[in-house]
Amino acid sequence: MQRHLISAADLTRDDAVLILDTAEEMARVADRPIKKLPTLRGRTVVNLFFEDSTRTRISFEAAEKRLSADVINFSAKGSSVSKGESLKDTAQTLEAMGVDAVVIRHGASGAPYRLANSGWIDAAVINAGDGTHQHPTQALLDAFTMRRRLVGRDAGLGRDLAGKRITIVGDVLHSRVARSNVDLLHTLGAEVTLVAPPTLLPVGIESWPCEVSYDLDSTLPKSDAVMMLRVQRERMNAAFFPTEREYSRRYGLDADRMAKMPENAIVMHPGPMVRGMEITAEVADSDRCTAVEQVANGVSIRMAVLYLLLGGAVAETKAAPDANHAPAATQTRTEEK
Amino acid sequence: MSKILIRGAKVLGGEPQDVLIDGETIAATARQGEIDWSGAGLSAEGAEVVEADGKVLLPGLVDLHTHLREPGREDSETVLTGTRAAASGGYTAVFAMANTFPVADTAGVVEQVWRLGREHGYCDVQPIGAVTVGLEGRKLAELGAMHESAAGVTVFSDDGKCVDDAVIMRRALEYVKAFGGVVAQHAQEPRLTEGAQMNEGVVSAELGLGGWPAVAEESIIARDVLLAEHVGSRVHICHLSTAGSVEIVRWAKSRGIDVTAEVTPHHLLLTDELVRTYNPVYKVNPPLRTERDVRALREALADGTIDIVATDHAPHPHEDKDCEWAAAAMGMVGLETALSVVQATMVDTGLLDWSGVADRMSIQPAKIGRATGHGRPVSAGEPANLTLVDTAYRGFVDPAGFASRSRNTPYEGRELPGRVTHTWLRGKATLVDGKLA
Repeated sequence: MQRHLISAADLTRDDAVLILDTAEEMARVADRPIKKLPTLRGRTVVNLFFEDSTRTRISFEAAEKRLSADVINFSAKGSSVSKGESLKDTAQTLEAMGVDAVVIRHGASGAPYRLANSGWIDAAVINAGDGTHQHPTQALLDAFTMRRRLVGRDAGLGRDLAGKRITIVGDVLHSRVARSNVDLLHTLGAEVTLVAPPTLLPVGIESWPCEVSYDLDSTLPKSDAVMMLRVQRERMNAAFFPTEREYSRRYGLDADRMAKMPENAIVMHPGPMVRGMEITAEVADSDRCTAVEQVANGVSIRMAVLYLLLGGAVAETKAAPDANHAPAATQTRTEEK
Repeated sequence: MSKILIRGAKVLGGEPQDVLIDGETIAATARQGEIDWSGAGLSAEGAEVVEADGKVLLPGLVDLHTHLREPGREDSETVLTGTRAAASGGYTAVFAMANTFPVADTAGVVEQVWRLGREHGYCDVQPIGAVTVGLEGRKLAELGAMHESAAGVTVFSDDGKCVDDAVIMRRALEYVKAFGGVVAQHAQEPRLTEGAQMNEGVVSAELGLGGWPAVAEESIIARDVLLAEHVGSRVHICHLSTAGSVEIVRWAKSRGIDVTAEVTPHHLLLTDELVRTYNPVYKVNPPLRTERDVRALREALADGTIDIVATDHAPHPHEDKDCEWAAAAMGMVGLETALSVVQATMVDTGLLDWSGVADRMSIQPAKIGRATGHGRPVSAGEPANLTLVDTAYRGFVDPAGFASRSRNTPYEGRELPGRVTHTWLRGKATLVDGKLA
């Protein structure tokens, strides 16, 4: 494991499987009457959100609290950021207050990478979504959900997603979820197909480790999981597609299309769903749709990531890391200060 | 009048020669040790001797594309600091772009910039006038008034913005013919580049940064060379950056269209792979392109399809680069590293010899911009605008040593060849042994 989690592409297969296995351990905590571990007691995590987000922030917050971390929530609205303070100054201000990890959501692609690599701060950086770049914990929770459903909760331990056929449908161009998923699913051995109108696929996609198709119907019968991405209505104003109805007809998932999928195939959605646009209410509410399950799994995954990145040990390990106990914390810091 | 004897300099990279400067002009040149002192009252008496020891002597470099930032952004550069940077880089003339605050769209502003350059005396400053009022692309600025002012403007550009309205561009091209002017176009189709952050391609797809497609540059160049042909005007293309643009300019020249083009040092060396660091020091407009584009640009500069190297020296204060990519300003400083980058990419690779460098960095830019007294041969009777280069030098770029007020160089810590040791502006040393006079 690295010291930061910036991109799903940075994870090796073994890193990813370790996170998924650790998340299964964490999921058991949720089944207990007292859903709390003492692991991060005395450690401080800040949720630094420059972009509106409800579910991701709450998910991280729940994960941090279940690990007994001290949690600081920082949202850019109404803060010094709206008065022109720079990312660097904001981060340094927070670190001066003694922060061990920064969970950052930012509208600019690369902002978490800059935070982790510019020598501005020492804390571990976890990317909670940056621009149209990456959202690695989303990809991890999606992979976790797929492994549980397609391989099995216990049978899946230690295993990847080799041979599973995953189709991702929708606004790939503007989607950090799609980018993270392509990277991670490829690492885990899955076969990924992206389906979208050509206007919503980036130029340069030919270098990605996946297939690309413009035709949803021919892809569905060959899919073990179909992930529908949110399509913002505003996109049609920029001529990405003609109308909402045409988009739904060609790329929306309804009951007829779902019937073309293999019997045990699942429907996924990172949320928030635009019902009637990329997915009908009937499909969204069906047993095959894992959207709600994904939210629950998100907490387990984020607990696992925090646990592994922060060493899963008490605060003293920061001064004296214990190589056997906390593999993730023993990486020497090579970044320039 | 002061005399300077430069001994044993390889003029344009040729055989070692002695060059005698008397006052503002070159008095004599001859093979080393063979100046004929008997003729025309020549004497070395009282001359300061500069031992060139095989360094290369070039006509003073001319930059057709510099941002001096004054008036308005004196926190990033002033005419004084910018011209000191120019002298450090071997330049004796720079063309100052019009996107200042206020915009250089009136005779008053261009005269101010011109006068500041003269007062400081490090380098001739030739202001470029805006094509349209406020660079807004709607109404022609008073091009004739700027030309007739003391600044004598001949190059007009809305650089930073494209003159995207075809009718305005056509009129500007036609209008400046009356006084031998030229429009320098920043070729960027605005609709195709809304929200653009970097070259559109494999890297932008991965990084999730808004793409700046090559076609946005190429379509404007294609339109403008056709407009220039139609109205019989000359047109200059700023910072050409793609292989496709090279093809269009090559085609236009083969048709006899009066087009000239420039390439920046950074587009000759760097590619969009560097953006993977998300370090905004690599953020520039037009953006860094691909390896294939870099190869095409080098070949085009070698074969003359691209006429000149221009720096697009664009100083920015530290805080405008010490931030996330999307929030950062576009541009890099370039005056103090340009010659080294050209040596690395063109000379050391065998694509261009030193007389070729003199052509692309002094003679042709002076010709395009009508900079009298610059880009002249190194021979008796010519103005003593000269640059002496230690081509054997290799060193690591250290921005702390820059004369520019800004430090936003993409070459920090990079090893580059060559170092300008002396620059003379009309016989007056502006740089001596690498130190500003």
